[in-house]
Amino acid sequence: MADLRINLGGIQAPNPFWLASAPPTNTGYQVERAFEAGWGGAVWKTLGDPIINVTSRFAGLKYNGQTVGFNNIELITDRPLEVNLKEMKEVKRKFPNHALVASLMMEPNREKWHELVKAVEDVGVDGLELNFGCPHGMAERGMGSAVGQQPELVQQQTEWVKEVAQTPVIVKLTPNITDIRYTARAAKQGGADAVSMINTINSLMGVDIDTWNPIPHVDGKGAHGGYCGPAVKPIALNMVAECARDSQVNLPISGIGGISNWRDVVEFMLMGSSSIQVCTAAMLYGFRIVEDMIEGLSHYLDERGIESVMDIVGKSVPRYSEWGNLNLNYKVVARIDEQSCINCNRCHIACEDTSHQCIDIVQMENGGEKLVVREEDCVGCNLCSIVCPIEDCITMVEIPTGQPPLTWRERTALMNSAQ
Amino acid sequence: MNQQAFIPVEKLKKNFQEFIPGLREKDAMDEANRCLYCYDAPCIKACPTGINIPSFIKKIASGNMKGSARAIMEANPVGASCARVCPTSELCEGACVLNHASSPIMIGQLQRYATDWAMKNDVALFHKGESNGKTVAIIGGGPAGLSAARELARLGYKVTIYESKAQTGGLNTYGIVSFRLPQQIALWEVEQVEKLGVTILTGMTVGKNIQVEEIINGYDYVVLAVGLGNVPDLGIEGEELDGVYDAIQLVEDTKTKSLETISLGKRVVVIGAGNTAIDAATCSHRLGAEQVTIMYRRTEDEMTAYDFEYEFAKQEGIEFRWLVTPVRIIGDERGKVTALACVRMKLGEPDASGRPRPVRIEGSEFTVEVDSVIKAIGQNKLLPLVQSFGVEHVRGVIKVNGNNQTSNPKIFAAGDCIFGLGNAEAMVVDAAEQGKKAAYGIHKAYMSTRTEVLA
Repeated sequence: MADLRINLGGIQAPNPFWLASAPPTNTGYQVERAFEAGWGGAVWKTLGDPIINVTSRFAGLKYNGQTVGFNNIELITDRPLEVNLKEMKEVKRKFPNHALVASLMMEPNREKWHELVKAVEDVGVDGLELNFGCPHGMAERGMGSAVGQQPELVQQQTEWVKEVAQTPVIVKLTPNITDIRYTARAAKQGGADAVSMINTINSLMGVDIDTWNPIPHVDGKGAHGGYCGPAVKPIALNMVAECARDSQVNLPISGIGGISNWRDVVEFMLMGSSSIQVCTAAMLYGFRIVEDMIEGLSHYLDERGIESVMDIVGKSVPRYSEWGNLNLNYKVVARIDEQSCINCNRCHIACEDTSHQCIDIVQMENGGEKLVVREEDCVGCNLCSIVCPIEDCITMVEIPTGQPPLTWRERTALMNSAQ
Repeated sequence: MNQQAFIPVEKLKKNFQEFIPGLREKDAMDEANRCLYCYDAPCIKACPTGINIPSFIKKIASGNMKGSARAIMEANPVGASCARVCPTSELCEGACVLNHASSPIMIGQLQRYATDWAMKNDVALFHKGESNGKTVAIIGGGPAGLSAARELARLGYKVTIYESKAQTGGLNTYGIVSFRLPQQIALWEVEQVEKLGVTILTGMTVGKNIQVEEIINGYDYVVLAVGLGNVPDLGIEGEELDGVYDAIQLVEDTKTKSLETISLGKRVVVIGAGNTAIDAATCSHRLGAEQVTIMYRRTEDEMTAYDFEYEFAKQEGIEFRWLVTPVRIIGDERGKVTALACVRMKLGEPDASGRPRPVRIEGSEFTVEVDSVIKAIGQNKLLPLVQSFGVEHVRGVIKVNGNNQTSNPKIFAAGDCIFGLGNAEAMVVDAAEQGKKAAYGIHKAYMSTRTEVLA
């Protein structure tokens, strides 16, 4: 069996599956249950000056009966620091080899940051995660994403922490920003040992069309929450990849955002994550989901003869670039397998109405119909293969163009030099 | 001696309640979301009334229940009944593309879910059209007549339905067993038509309560949707005996009388193997008969009952005896049925219907003891009634053109009374479509007269 142990900027864990700082890691009881279930690490729900929470905190986005998005207006821990520290110490005693990371949030005061860091390191945590990402509530008080949206504040507060920290420091970044690389670079400048991303995205889950209240609402009023769950995965994956391929960031990454199963984990690791953090999937189904994650990842690695999970970290990063570096002479076209086609005609109407009108419904001599791609008109957009309900019925097949690879950048350069 | 079957009244009532449960909300949502929303969907083409099935299903998924019910009832004015009685595996569900990949969408059940919602919430799905001053008499308030009435009312005609029975709805109200189609479903559909301003006169038999001339002279147009009559005689000795039933009448009795007053005894033989025969057999079983046998002169391969009806009958414990035909019904001194004399058959050359002709095996006669004999060998055409309207017909089947117009330009026809002379049984859904066509035929005829005036 492949070695699943990982190292994130000096933090060791028996596997890459960590619980993110969130409701699932609120207490020692929960974290112990998670470790018993198989999770390799946990980032404790953010410590700081305890707050008062509102009731009615979460909302789900359903699509075809499944929860694909989730948001919350819950804040950081609402329990006293000493209670949390006592429980953290106890968890670390029982699970010395698991990664226990303390998530921290503090008002922008150097001394207070120092005090908090020392206090949590005293109980034996393996690392610190600075919460510069929480987008609601705490941001109004100058913390969370209020810090994470300003590179200079990220750098300054990271520096304060690093002045006293004995354990590795992870900076957790907010996605509520135009280009996440700037704050990641600031974390690097401040001395961070790793970055984690993404925190939740500003969101309004919905409006109750019967009462006209926002969802969720607190006594008839709502405020923006933090969005997460499967629907945010592509956004998170892009931010991870952008940081992974940025030479000025050059930090280990803990990937977060909509990770629900081992396939998602593999994708995040291929795009540069050394560990991954999960919250929503655990909230929807419980800690037991990690069992399939561990098994699925192990089988994936074993089937490919990969000895250590760390060997896949970042392997797809060189393949991620800018549009200007894509080969303009590469051509694929749709091909429909007549045997598996069930004639729902979804590809036809999708192409006809919204793409390039190249899939015909052809009457056959036996009275039946078949769907035929006019390859010369197909632009290889993939839409038909996306709408097709049958796995592998429509494949995108490479058509040799007989021309050497040429990117837009190369083409522009050639044209400029020709002039 | 007729041995009385005993079954508690409560159990009897339960036996005749609808036996297939409707979908629960989650079932319906899951199933609706499973629909692929095919383009140019084969299910629509397979529906005789052309219901836009993917559309009504997506409306269930989006929570637009009124729109869903409207999409169904728009295409099929008896869509709630059809949700229960259509042979969906041979129509929409049989055509579903998911047959090739997993299992077909439960279209009938979703249709029932949407129409049940409309029934429960009492919403007005349609409105009558602005009056055009034209009047139409519809003879017969069954599926075809109601369907024609609904469309004509929406087009602005003043419609009067003449129904001979005490209640409207025809086959749906009286002729389909309650455990498959409860009467209140059919009556709700009648109510929907009535709400569009259609006048329904029940207990009106043409030739008795109203004369043909009054109808033809009193209205601008007439729709004949008279359906079919009783089950024909077997043409054998003993048919007049007490204990010999007409299957259609028996089903009607179970829907109009107290169930405990219907006494069939313990041993029942049903003659015929169409859907009505199955209905009569399952009815008998549910009334308490212990041994119910369907006798058919041909075999399983030639029977006209749908596969799912046949399966249902077998599940109910109905026995089937193939290649047997009755030759004599035997009674006791009080005129009560006691036995049935039968003869075995073999299959010969194909007959006019294309099915092998059953031929008697000489000397194979045998007798079975029975308490009741139920005839279910088809239905008579209403020949005298058809003749009285003076329209062209072939052995009681009214001849119509592509607009459902008869040889008399002001008389149109729809439903069972125009269906072919073959042995295949027509479906309720076909009658609904015919009714629509007759309505559009009338509208076309009327519009052409207006065009002439304008010209």
